[in-house]
Formats: sequence, C-alpha cells, structure tokens
Amino acid sequence: MAAAPVPRTGTQPDADLLVKARHVTKKFGGLTAVNAVDFDIPRGSIVSLIGPNGAGKTTFFNMITGAYTPTAGTITFDGHHLVTQSGNRMRSLKPHAVTELGIGRTFQNIRLFGTMSALDNIRVGLHVHLKSHWWDAVLRLPSMRAEEEYSIQRGEELLELVGLEGRGNIWARNLPYGDQRRLEIGRALATNPKLLLLDEPTAGMNSSETAEMTAFIRSLRTRLNLSVLLIEHDMRVVMGISDRVTVLDYGEVIAEGSPAEVRANPRVVEAYLGRGAASN
Amino acid sequence: MEQILQTIIIGLSNGLIFALVALGYTLVYGIIELINFAHGDLFMLGSFIAFVLISSVFVITADTPLTLMVAQIALIIAITMIATAAINLSIERVAYKPLRNAPKLAPLISAIGMSFVLQNIALLIFGPANKSVNAILPSVNILSAVGITGVTISAEQVFVAIVTIPLLIALTWFVNKTRQGRAMRATAQDPDTAGLMGVNVDRTIAITFLIGGALAGAAGVVQILYNNTSVWNLGFRFGLNAFTSAVLGGIGNLQGAVLGALVLGLINAFSDRYLAANWTNAIVFAVLIGILVFKPTGLLGQQLADRA
Repeated sequence: MAAAPVPRTGTQPDADLLVKARHVTKKFGGLTAVNAVDFDIPRGSIVSLIGPNGAGKTTFFNMITGAYTPTAGTITFDGHHLVTQSGNRMRSLKPHAVTELGIGRTFQNIRLFGTMSALDNIRVGLHVHLKSHWWDAVLRLPSMRAEEEYSIQRGEELLELVGLEGRGNIWARNLPYGDQRRLEIGRALATNPKLLLLDEPTAGMNSSETAEMTAFIRSLRTRLNLSVLLIEHDMRVVMGISDRVTVLDYGEVIAEGSPAEVRANPRVVEAYLGRGAASN
Repeated sequence: MEQILQTIIIGLSNGLIFALVALGYTLVYGIIELINFAHGDLFMLGSFIAFVLISSVFVITADTPLTLMVAQIALIIAITMIATAAINLSIERVAYKPLRNAPKLAPLISAIGMSFVLQNIALLIFGPANKSVNAILPSVNILSAVGITGVTISAEQVFVAIVTIPLLIALTWFVNKTRQGRAMRATAQDPDTAGLMGVNVDRTIAITFLIGGALAGAAGVVQILYNNTSVWNLGFRFGLNAFTSAVLGGIGNLQGAVLGALVLGLINAFSDRYLAANWTNAIVFAVLIGILVFKPTGLLGQQLADRA
C-alpha cells in the first residue's frame, strides 16, 4: 500500500490509553444528556458503548468528534486536548481538526455523498492528508497532479480493502445497502485514523451479514493497528467483539468491564429489561 | 433567416455573460443554500472597476496597438477578478458567516441588505448617470472576412466567447478534478459530514465565494467592453437574468446554470428583436415564475445541491 501520513501525536501521550475522558458532562438547556462520564479507550482495543435509547451514547460520540462541545469535563486523545477551557467558555476542536488528529467515523444512518462516485467519497476522506492549495490547482503545478494521482491510487487500494474493488465509478447512493456501509468504513479509513468510531455498523443487517461485518471489523483492528469505539444495539455483536463494554443509562455510566462482567451486572439487566426482570 | 441567425448570435453572446454571473449564484446556493442577492451588484462593481481601469489607469483607446491592448485587457481582467473575489470574500465574512447557524431567512435578508450597500457605494462614487467608455475593440465582422455576408459576428462577440468559454471549462475542471472541488461537492451535499471527514468547511465556503466573485469580476469586464456602459443599478437587471438562468438550469447545478444562461440569452435577444425591449424583463420574470411553478428543479435538476 502507498504510505499514508500518520497523524502526529500530541505532547505527553498516555502509554496505555488512546482516549481518556474525565467528568464529561453535556447539558441541553435543563436536560443533562451526559453526566460526569469517565471513559477510556485502551490502545489497540475494541470498546463498546451501549445503553437504552436516549442514554447519551450518540451525544458522547459527538463530543469526541467535535460536533458538540461538552458543558464540562476533559477529553484527551493521543496526547491532544480535544476540549479546552478559556475562562468560563468550553471550546472543542473543530470536526475537521479532530479528523486530522486521527479519528475517523461512520454514521448510524448512512451519510455518504450520494451523488459522488464511490472513489470520490473515499478521496474526500483523503482530503486532510493532501496538501495542494487552490492556487496549485489554478496553476496546475506538477505536485498537484502527482497528488491527484496518489489519491486515486490510494483510493482504489482502500476500495479493495473494504471489498468494493471495481465499483469506484458508481454513485454512492446507487450501491446496495451493505456496500454503502463498507464504503463508509472505507471513507473513514481514508483519513488514516488511529481511532475508528463506528455508529451501529450492523444496523439493518441480517445475521450472516452481521457476522461478516463483525469479522471484518476485527480484521481491520489487527491489520491497521486500530482502536475501535463501537455503538451497537445488537448484543451478540457487542459481546462477541468487544474487549471492554461501557453501559450508559440516563447519561451516567452504570457499568464498565469485560462483556461477561457487564452481562452479569444486575443494573444493566434492569436498565435493559426493567426492574421486574432484574429481581427475578 | 439571416435575421434569426443574427438574433441567435446576439443571444448567445449575452447568454455567455449571464453564465458567468449565474455560476456565482449557483455555486453559493449549492454550498450554503443562500440566494446571494448581492451577487448581481458585485458584477456591477466589477464593471465599474474595469471602467476605471480602462478610462483612467491604462487609458486604452481604439488606437492602442493590438498586442498592447490584448496585454492590457488581460491585466484588467486579472485585476478586476482579484478585486471582486476579495470583495465577495469580505461580504461573506461580514454578512453571511456570522449567520451560519441562524435560520435560513436571516442570511437572505442580509444578502438583500448587502445588495443595497453595493448599489449605494456605486451611486456615491460614480453618480446616478450611465458611465461609458469608448468602443475600443476593433469593429470588424469576422464572418465577412471568410466570405459570409448577411450575418455578422463582431470582434466584441468573439471577445466575449474568448474570455467566458475558457473560464467555464476551467471551473468545471476545478470542481470535478481537484481536491478543493471535491471538498466543495462534499460540503454542498452534507456540510456536517464533510467536516467530520476532515474537510475544513469554513475554508471551502470561502473558496466558493472567491471563485464566484472572480467570475463576476470577469463578467463585469466583458460587459463593459461589450456594451461600453455601466450604471449603478445594472446589477439588478443582470442579476435577475443570471438568477433566472440558475433556476432555469436547476439551481446548484453548474452545467445547468450555463445552459439556462444561454437559453435566457436567446429569450432576451428574441424578445428584444421581435417583441419589444420594454417587455423583455416581464418575459424573464414570466419564465422565472413558470419554472418555479411547473419545474422547480430546473432543466437539469439540482445536482450539486442534492441533499437527502
């Protein structure tokens, strides 16, 4: 594979933890969506965030990517502060800056660029690592042309990696559903992430497709030396793939541990199945 | 027959100028869903900048040697494009960027306000009367030189084509084949996702305004050399035509804007020739209303701005 630039590491990165979130809180008006959450992602691990609908999973996700700014708390990623405080104001890095540091993501409801080709979707993901300016394009400098060729070559490698070789010219919205999910992962990988955030990657899939996707995610972790944060509703996927599982309910962490520990935790059973089921 | 051909030639020349302005509307609409009402007035400012450069700075006359004239005109186009691009970028910073997360109506009102500001700047500096330059392009008929009579293509019309067509091709290439072009298309489809995929959305929007402004500047130069006159409210008439062109072709769609502009140029020319020039604006409005009622997505559909 053509070498892709590796995002730089910040000052004093934690040796074991890629993501370290402390006391992260997000309030929308009077509603506390996420309340004082501590959350870690060890390097090279697959960590799942689960919880009933409205538990604050997506809100938490969005605070890592910079789409939302926390009301309080700190999030560090590979030695970078994603959230800073100046006076009383909290500031998040802009989403494109977070992406540049090495966090790529997919979406629960697929959000590809529908009327762009599959290859161009991936090349948008490569954008952060391409350096040509608009004036290079205007002047048609050779460096710019070399970079365009690189992006095509790299884009095709990534299409092959996610099993879409030969489909680069098809508009994203004309691809079958499963291929769109794979293309989204390809586009996220194009940003050359250290951390891949997957928001319900098996939503809407049947059991054989789900098994295939689970194996694919696991193989990506090994091949690309990734850490993965997963939001997922399908418990078979979560229990089968995760090293660690964190359970949110009403914006708070109610359990954290290995899949087996979490499954045995009465508070988790209660949150998912109701008080009656837990006491039985 | 010859009369019809002549009308078509006039229509296409006008249409090419409309196209440059229409692309500015359609690019900005495509990327932030804003109808930039100030865009026609930016074009007007461009033609005044060219007016100043032609009449006071370079002092080009019909007697200027041809090679020098070509060089000077090229320089005037470049200067005007840079100036209008810079003005458009400032407008974006001042009038639209602070309203990025406001309801859609807010930047629209801001755009109308900006339109008045630009018109009044022109009114203050250049006064209410038309400002004219002498015809400096040689008055030759290209077709008679190759032995065709009855229909004329003037040097002005050739000039319009020489300036606009390469710009249209360059823009298509830029949007489809470059990194920034991809970022523009991605931002047009879904700005939030584009940001999360590492596209600097603010910068991409700024580049869009730069390009739209530069095209309006080029159109301004072409306009003053073609019609030899400019006036403070020129932007209204051209803006109306250009905006209608963009809607006709499918707003947000680049090829559509060019097609719409050519069709509208022809409609203008035929209306001027066979009905009455007084009725032309009414007909343009009728076309605009007709499209909005019967085919709001335009001739080619809203490709660039296609949103889920």
